[in-house]
Amino acid sequence: MAYITAKKLTVGYEKRVIGQELDFQIVPGDYLCIVGENGAGKTTLMKTLLGLIKPLGGELSYGDDLQANEIGYLPQQTPVQKDFPASVREIVLSGCQGRCGIRPFYNRKEKERAKEWMEKLDILPMANACYRELSGGQQQRVLLARALCATEKVILLDEPVAGLDPKVTMEMYKLIQTLNKEGVTVIMISHDIEAACLYASHILHIGEEIFYGTKEAYRESNAGAMFLNRRKGENAYA
Amino acid sequence: MLEKLVFYLQYPFVQYALIVGVLIALCSSLLGVTLVLKRFSYIGDGLSHVAFGAMAIASVLKMTNNMYLVMPVTILCAVLLLRTGQNAKVKGDAAIAMLSVGALAFGYLLMNLFSTSSNLSGDVCSTLFGSTSILTLTKGEVWLCGILSLVVVVIFILFYEKIFAVTFDETFARATGTPAKYYNLLIAVIIAVIIVLAMNLVGSLLISALVIFPALSAMAIFKSFKSVTVFAAVLSVLCALLGLLIAILAGTPVGSTIVAVDALFYGICALAGQIRRGVA
Repeated sequence: MAYITAKKLTVGYEKRVIGQELDFQIVPGDYLCIVGENGAGKTTLMKTLLGLIKPLGGELSYGDDLQANEIGYLPQQTPVQKDFPASVREIVLSGCQGRCGIRPFYNRKEKERAKEWMEKLDILPMANACYRELSGGQQQRVLLARALCATEKVILLDEPVAGLDPKVTMEMYKLIQTLNKEGVTVIMISHDIEAACLYASHILHIGEEIFYGTKEAYRESNAGAMFLNRRKGENAYA
Repeated sequence: MLEKLVFYLQYPFVQYALIVGVLIALCSSLLGVTLVLKRFSYIGDGLSHVAFGAMAIASVLKMTNNMYLVMPVTILCAVLLLRTGQNAKVKGDAAIAMLSVGALAFGYLLMNLFSTSSNLSGDVCSTLFGSTSILTLTKGEVWLCGILSLVVVVIFILFYEKIFAVTFDETFARATGTPAKYYNLLIAVIIAVIIVLAMNLVGSLLISALVIFPALSAMAIFKSFKSVTVFAAVLSVLCALLGLLIAILAGTPVGSTIVAVDALFYGICALAGQIRRGVA
């Protein structure tokens, strides 16, 4: 049974269609990479998956015990967060907020949970440090820990390596891979097509050409070949 | 000087002023951190001008208790401003500026056209700068202020974790099942209540100072949300007390004295933050 099934899904804002007729499904354990040109609708699709905006057409269903609000989310950083006075512990713990419902304070179980994830992601030593004084990679791990506090079923990562240097980028990819092997289903939005083909199990390519399938099939497909070649050309040029 | 102070403190109106001043300073600083971080620093200013406009309407209508009009109108505007925050046609800062200046002009116009008092500019000035109305509070007003402040503080403590989650990352909160919309509504209502209360203290032009200065001072020094919030509250209460005492002793205007003390402490905190960062 799949966690998320999309049938002829159309996404967009206020009647403005951005992504059309998408068919894909995400089953437990998958590592799906969503790739495509800028403006192809990656972010819109992501917001639709998170239930923040409604699909314009088609069908999006959640199954296998997954609720729409049980998707952990690693957003791109907003300007507000850059100078936000908050400790690492406070931010990670806020991932548990969805479990609280109307209860005003976090209980011991939720605090334990936050601590466990901080330990796993190697940020426990800086639990009391200020978020805005951390390095980019550390900040990403804090936000990842928060997402995992919300749920460990599915996490959705929006450009998780944007702005990180190559070494930290590698570490981040490795970390995500480890989580995926431990059973966390990963949906990642990325520009980095090479990395996507390296780590992902499935690829969803949106834009003029739409493709969904395993990464092996993607390499053989039209969309993949074009996209990969163009990227190579760009890189050679640079 | 101490004798003079003790002498003044015997009067009930001085005691009332101190109680109300401290309560309002406490409440306004609590939400200040959230508002500054949400880039809504100016909402205090905007809403207080709305309250001024509403007051003008109330006085034209010769209402005996203008609270009944001022409170709902201000709350409504707060809700509209905070709710449309992200996807509005007119962006947040422009919307606030528009509403604020519009209400100010409209209010003054009304007061001018339908003036009932002989000293119009005095009336306007006292609504804008807070005048001495804090020294003429009745027992009933002190009780009202006390109860509302208590409600604000209790709500803030109960919803502290939720306010943090929504302030830090609203999208994440919504995606993981926190009804951020309702919490934003709650924040809007509380801030409107605080502003209407605070108009008595510092007047509508200086309210922003009560909201922003303690929050900024605390943010310059402290590193976690909890310590920033607690320090802002403590500092705000201290500044209000100090300002009130100076105003009473030296006979200066209450509102602007408090704000001046707030500004002074911001300078000290900013300096302390710089030094601390330099050392670390």
